Amino acid sequence: MAKEKNNKKSILETLGESQVWKSIIRSGVPRTRRQRMHAVLGSVFLHLHPARLPKHAVKLGYTWCMGGLSFFLFVNLTITGILLMFYYRPTVEYAYTDIIDLTEQVPLGIMRELHRWAAHAMVLVVWLHMLRVFMTGSYKPPREFNWGVGVLLMTMTMFLSFTGYLLPWDQLAIWAVTVGSNMARAHPFIGHEGPGASLLAIGDINLVHIGSDVRFALIGGRFVGEATLLRFYVIHCIAVPFIMMIFMAVHFWRIRKDGGISGPL
Amino acid sequence: MLETFKHTVDYLSSPTISFSILTVITPILFPPTDWFDKINRKLGFHLLWTKTGLIAAMAAITFFFVVGYMDQNFNVILTKADNFPIVLMVYSIYFFTWVAMHKAYINDERLEKGLKPLEYNDPDDKVLVWPDLVYIEFIALILFTVFLVVWSILVPAPLEEPANPAATPNPSKAPWYFLGLQEMLVYYDPWIAGIVLPIFCVVGLMAIPYMDINKKGDGYYSFKERRVGIFIFMYGWIVLWLFLIVLGTFFRGPNWNFYGPFEYWDTHKVVALNSVNLSEYFWVKLLGKGLPENILLREFLGFLTVGGYLFILPFILAKTILKDMYEAYGPTRFVSLMIFGLVMLSLPLKMYLRWVVNLKYFISIPEYFFNI
Repeated sequence: MAKEKNNKKSILETLGESQVWKSIIRSGVPRTRRQRMHAVLGSVFLHLHPARLPKHAVKLGYTWCMGGLSFFLFVNLTITGILLMFYYRPTVEYAYTDIIDLTEQVPLGIMRELHRWAAHAMVLVVWLHMLRVFMTGSYKPPREFNWGVGVLLMTMTMFLSFTGYLLPWDQLAIWAVTVGSNMARAHPFIGHEGPGASLLAIGDINLVHIGSDVRFALIGGRFVGEATLLRFYVIHCIAVPFIMMIFMAVHFWRIRKDGGISGPL
Repeated sequence: MLETFKHTVDYLSSPTISFSILTVITPILFPPTDWFDKINRKLGFHLLWTKTGLIAAMAAITFFFVVGYMDQNFNVILTKADNFPIVLMVYSIYFFTWVAMHKAYINDERLEKGLKPLEYNDPDDKVLVWPDLVYIEFIALILFTVFLVVWSILVPAPLEEPANPAATPNPSKAPWYFLGLQEMLVYYDPWIAGIVLPIFCVVGLMAIPYMDINKKGDGYYSFKERRVGIFIFMYGWIVLWLFLIVLGTFFRGPNWNFYGPFEYWDTHKVVALNSVNLSEYFWVKLLGKGLPENILLREFLGFLTVGGYLFILPFILAKTILKDMYEAYGPTRFVSLMIFGLVMLSLPLKMYLRWVVNLKYFISIPEYFFNI
């Protein structure tokens, strides 16, 4: 170290000692062990990680990087999703034509492709993350609770993908969502074609019917239409991502609190 | 030669045959007991988790997709942009299962010799997150971005005609990751296939850590120490979830009829549907009477079967063959394990009853939409 100091300073080092740099990263250019640990601890983003890790934790063969990629895809989808929201209007009148404009009028229009394929990839990556965690037995105590949070995050990922499926408002979209949401019809007690729904009646008046059941609440009507589009748009862009971010915060926090990444004792 | 191959694949992929093959293969591939392990070794199934096995299986999958790509019927399904994730899924699921099992086998051998698992490092010998982890994450992020951009440039996102509530496409399919649920609709009513089973799926997954009392195999890949758990998980995951997705995507055509991958989707294909309810079997076929007016009387056999299966069977098992397990797990764990296990098992059971004896419902009360 002492020798290096005598040499001419590199541009990076000069920058690292400038007031601007030091105001952002207090420890300067992370060169020494102390500075490197400080770089992680002092950064709001990096301090999701501990400063030091057991060796196996940085091996691709152990983690497959799937958890990190799931988060990366979530961020990716948020960014591309925000860009898509500039152009897309969730109404029956405009939705479909806006989607066409996205490819035909917007320069370098692959934003919809990026969003769609990243969404498919995210479902797959989350599944693979689950497979990794299962196969390494990482759900075992003390990480039981975090596994549960992860399962819920996976369910939300699929629900997010499902609600997004409707937005292009083409044949593929409405029929896939029709098939999917028709299952809600059959929800016990609260779906109008579900077992027990006809028991919830006062005299001859059914409380649960096609205009008041859980499917109606989900799609905002008796069939997939204008109200469904708006509802799914709000669920897709605001509601589920909001809930998901809370769950992700818990998920990441608990990884650290449950003793960091799993590993053999 | 190629035609024979295609016909064989078409024949083998019909749900009855392919599902049976997978059901038989899974316990051999992930042997839960010594007996299955012996068969695994004898038939050489463990070779699938070696490097040669990886190359052979990847080649076989690629061969299947290449032949499919060149086949005019399969090509139509395979080249749908939204089906590409399934191709990706088939490759990646096999590859990552291979990684896990390959490492598990190495660790099993090490543990038998009394060594620590591969993942073990001296707890004092740690690496710094900056730069050792940060740069890996950075590279992974860049590579994945490149992959997504290339994918997005090469494959345009699908867009069909504008939505038309009056024109139902045949078949109408749910998004690919829900096709397993749609496939279950063939065997179960929507309230079970679409609501109860998915809820059990999610809650069952969440309950895994609380039901698994095996402390071994935490934090490293292993198989032998946790073989029963891994077998159950793999059966549910690969056969009852992923395979049903593949089946729903590639092998289900108009009217949700089965079509082999190389078969033409003929809308007029006629499939006999003559499934019979348990109550009809009992009252009409066995006793030669009409169905009784009283619903409870009519369906009493179904209630007995379902009730016995879900609520009495666990008690009988706890008293007899699973006595040791009951004592080790305690009543709460044992009962929840049994309920989740039996509900999961009810899917293949129902499938086989449909295929073998044309059983439609155990309990059929269409008056209250209560069909099981």
